[in-house]
Amino acid sequence: MNGSRFGVVQDGLWRNNVVLVQLLAMCPTMAITSTATNGLGMGLATTAVLAASNSLIASIRNWVSPDVRIPVFVVLIATLVTLVDLSMNAWLHDLYKVLGLFIALIVVNCAILGRAEAFASKSPVGASFLDGVAMGLGFTFALTLIGAVREILGTGTLFSGASLLLGPAFAPLELTVIPEYKGFLLLILPPGGFLVFGFLLAGKRTLEGRLRRRDAAVATSAPTLPKAGAAP
Amino acid sequence: MMRLFQRHGVAYQASLLGVVTLVASAALALAAHHTRAPIAAAEARDLEASLSQVLPTDFSDNALATDTLLLTDADGATVKVYRARKGAEVRGVIYQVTGKGYAGPIAIVMGVDRDGTILGVRVTKHTETPGLGDKVDAAKSDWILAFNGKSLAEPQPARWAVKKDGGEFDQFTGATITPRAVVKAVKQGLAFFASHRAELLEDGPTAIRGAAR
Repeated sequence: MNGSRFGVVQDGLWRNNVVLVQLLAMCPTMAITSTATNGLGMGLATTAVLAASNSLIASIRNWVSPDVRIPVFVVLIATLVTLVDLSMNAWLHDLYKVLGLFIALIVVNCAILGRAEAFASKSPVGASFLDGVAMGLGFTFALTLIGAVREILGTGTLFSGASLLLGPAFAPLELTVIPEYKGFLLLILPPGGFLVFGFLLAGKRTLEGRLRRRDAAVATSAPTLPKAGAAP
Repeated sequence: MMRLFQRHGVAYQASLLGVVTLVASAALALAAHHTRAPIAAAEARDLEASLSQVLPTDFSDNALATDTLLLTDADGATVKVYRARKGAEVRGVIYQVTGKGYAGPIAIVMGVDRDGTILGVRVTKHTETPGLGDKVDAAKSDWILAFNGKSLAEPQPARWAVKKDGGEFDQFTGATITPRAVVKAVKQGLAFFASHRAELLEDGPTAIRGAAR
């Protein structure tokens, strides 16, 4: 059980990352990642909704007939997002003023329906919750990374506005990486999002290819090496 | 016939969809009902805060949110005007104007003194692109402060535009539509003040408030 739990987390964070591997949720990704802070905010809001929607759908999976599952999931997810939107507006108004922009966008995030369909509709509640959290954090990681690259190259800052999102304690996070930078507009606009995204995908592929070749080399040469403990 | 009511039967699926939508609607109705008052209260707090933001400190001593006046602007829409008084004298007025932004309406609150000079401008609600157009928000950049002290005479009407259009005001990298919309809306707000100056500044007691509508 522990092994499969770990697998779920690994899948969510890296091996089956929503953005970097599944290539889902491109719409919010391109729209939001003009700064690292926005990426982080969108990622965290999505993580919360994803964990809740996965748990909800897993808990009713035995009653939902496969033929009508898609409309049922869509209605439930849209309802959940609207509930989060309304209650944050009412009771966490200051946070809502910062994150409110992102919450409505979560409805169109196909990753949520994707996880409902691929995981939560076939798995128990606990594992589905874990999958939601892991996928959400993987999404947050990818968004923050794309946002950071675009922000540094586009405006020369990093995490600008972080104190608005996370509170004044996080003001030191706001860095000016390149002082007196004129800005590079292309990277802030959607095409820049696609460019950075493409390079990140290529980078991930290269990294994984290297690791695989190294592993293969170790595996073939291992038998001829002396035991680690025997080395002087 | 019993097959109708099994998981693959039409009756089961229809009732499942019915129940799910019913539960969802009930949850939404309940949430909307319970959040209406807190949301209205939070928005009222925001209003009070943004009203005092567009005035210099110690400018007025009355309760801004309740000393109001309703007027009709050039487009026939009703404008709610908040009056800032010190004693009985109306020292300035605050009202909302709306700009047509890139992604929807931009709600702008502006304060104007007796001479038609801008005391302050703030964007209170917008849906502009994060990181691009949202620099009109005072929390994200100081751009909006450039309106302080401006009037219809200073700068000249032709200079009431973003720099790209030959005007006074900066645009943002990657977002011209948003600042253009704000500049235009503020200019129209000043025109509204000019055409209603007498009514806006009438010193009469609060009874005028009732007579206005």
